Amino acid sequence: MLKIVVCVKAVPDPKEADQIRIDPVSKTLVRVDVPLVLNPLDKNAMEAAVQLKEQFGAHVSVLSMGPPPAANVVKECLALGADQGILLSDRAFAGADAYATAYTLARGIEKIGSYDLILCGRASSDGSTEWVGPELATLLDAPIVTMVKEIIEHGDEWWKLKSGLDNGYRVVRVKLPAVLTVTRELNIPRTLSFSGIVKARRKPIAQWGIDDLDAPEKAVGLKGSPTIVSEMTTQESKREVEMISGTREEMAERLIQKLADAGFLSSN
Amino acid sequence: MMDLTFTEEQELLRQAAQEFAETRIAPKISEMEETGRVNDEVVRALGEAEMMALTIPEEYGGLGLGYTARLIALEEIGKVSVATAMMLQVLGLGIEPIILAGSEEQKQKYLPGLASGERLATVAVTEATGGSDPGGSRSTYKKDGDDYIINGRKVFITNSHIADTIVALARDEEDDSGRAFSTFIVEAGMEGFKATHREHKVGMRGCNTGELSFENCRVSKDNLLGVEGKGMRVAMAAIGDVGRGGMVGCALGLHAACLEASLKFASERILYGKPISNLQSIQNKLAEMKIDLDAGRLLGYRAAAIQDKGIRSSNEFAVAKYFTTEAAQKAAKVAVDIHGGYGCMEEFAVSRYYRDAAVLGPSAGTSDIMKVIIAGWILKPYRK
Repeated sequence: MLKIVVCVKAVPDPKEADQIRIDPVSKTLVRVDVPLVLNPLDKNAMEAAVQLKEQFGAHVSVLSMGPPPAANVVKECLALGADQGILLSDRAFAGADAYATAYTLARGIEKIGSYDLILCGRASSDGSTEWVGPELATLLDAPIVTMVKEIIEHGDEWWKLKSGLDNGYRVVRVKLPAVLTVTRELNIPRTLSFSGIVKARRKPIAQWGIDDLDAPEKAVGLKGSPTIVSEMTTQESKREVEMISGTREEMAERLIQKLADAGFLSSN
Repeated sequence: MMDLTFTEEQELLRQAAQEFAETRIAPKISEMEETGRVNDEVVRALGEAEMMALTIPEEYGGLGLGYTARLIALEEIGKVSVATAMMLQVLGLGIEPIILAGSEEQKQKYLPGLASGERLATVAVTEATGGSDPGGSRSTYKKDGDDYIINGRKVFITNSHIADTIVALARDEEDDSGRAFSTFIVEAGMEGFKATHREHKVGMRGCNTGELSFENCRVSKDNLLGVEGKGMRVAMAAIGDVGRGGMVGCALGLHAACLEASLKFASERILYGKPISNLQSIQNKLAEMKIDLDAGRLLGYRAAAIQDKGIRSSNEFAVAKYFTTEAAQKAAKVAVDIHGGYGCMEEFAVSRYYRDAAVLGPSAGTSDIMKVIIAGWILKPYRK
């Protein structure tokens, strides 16, 4: 049976992105009052895992690092079909950059045991570095295929995958165990089901801290982070609303004129 | 100490219901509005999403999630489509008497199909004489060997033309007191049973309401629900707890949708060079909508929490039903007002909310009847 670990992240709800502020001193995101949700691309990773489970049989572990409220997204993954959930949560893990995050996740994966496949979303909707997957593979000494948009063939050892590029794709063969980061083209994530939520009641969810992992304190969290964000800015966007009134024809005419004036339509 | 927060699981249920409503129901609204008919895909989607299984015990194929979960689901679906929430609430209302009073055989026979959506339920109590006084019902039954023969006509029945499992209330025609009522499970296709007239409601288009006719409709003794002569208790328990509770869900959903639409419009509509949400008169309206919505939620979820403890909460639901449906009607009017001329245009959802709100009042008992019930409840200790 395939052993799959899905790494997920609780991110501030992208629907409320306009509520997120950046702390001018620490350059970190101020997430007060913005609810944490499952990172959108991690839903694609979860969906891939559940589809593989349904197709071939698999044991799916979901692993996340975050503050205690991130347990909600682990629970959500259990409701989506994962078999066990682990939240890596400890004050020592706070302030981790992508590398320290990957390091902590790698120690968590080692504690879970052997694996065939590690699935991650290509990027998180908040940090968006796309580094955690590749760094995780490096730390685990496993091959990685990034931006997976299709699983073409599943062999016993070798899998054939389609990996996205900016202007095309490449077909890659990879030997398991491997790390894959996935894109939204890979699948359409299922929505939560009530029966999934009921089943999740009986699934184990564990919280591991620094003492549960084979990791020195200096290697995790802010202390273990070799990168520092020196500058971060928000992009200002403005919306203007103007109601157009009149008959349908008049409104259409005015709308076309306004779009043309704004340069959205060519003159011919 | 009273805990007024939702559990992690309840928040997930809300998320599931919200995702379901936005992905499976929202795309069908314009078709429902246009045709005024039940959308088959919506019904199928409700079944697939196990929406009818919420209150059915797990041993009968349900989820056993209870009434708070049901209220959450109805509120979230009601935010997107009150018509669909109304249909779902009455599907649940039709299921409840079988859970409450069904024999083991009846539960085994009907509940798994009702949980999966293969069967669709309703309750048939209201008659042309009015729904507020079910004791005045004229539909009758009489014993004929091992069978019962039902005659009569039921009106304003939600899901009349889609339900195939109907819990019908009828009076014993041979009982002189006129107070012996029984409930029967009538199945579509039974001889003498027919769904007849379809109503055209002002709102909640896409939710079917109509009439049911029983002409010498013969049902076996196996279809008698509960004890013969005690049917009124069965019907009223279902309507009091689940019927009123369901209307609270519909009202909360509609109210939340009115507030959401108003907040969005008021923040985008520019007048005097500023969004109208900067105007104090508009802010007052928005604040009042929010106050009413929160108060209604507290009343509704209180009643549901009591029900989940296995305690009847018809009276608490009467308070919540009165408050939330009145508040939702007010919210719909205010939402239209905030939208100005646009509120009268069908392109804006608030015009639908306004029409839908009109149907909230009379369903499962008018506001005046709720007051009668509430007064009866609080005066009970003082009656000699």
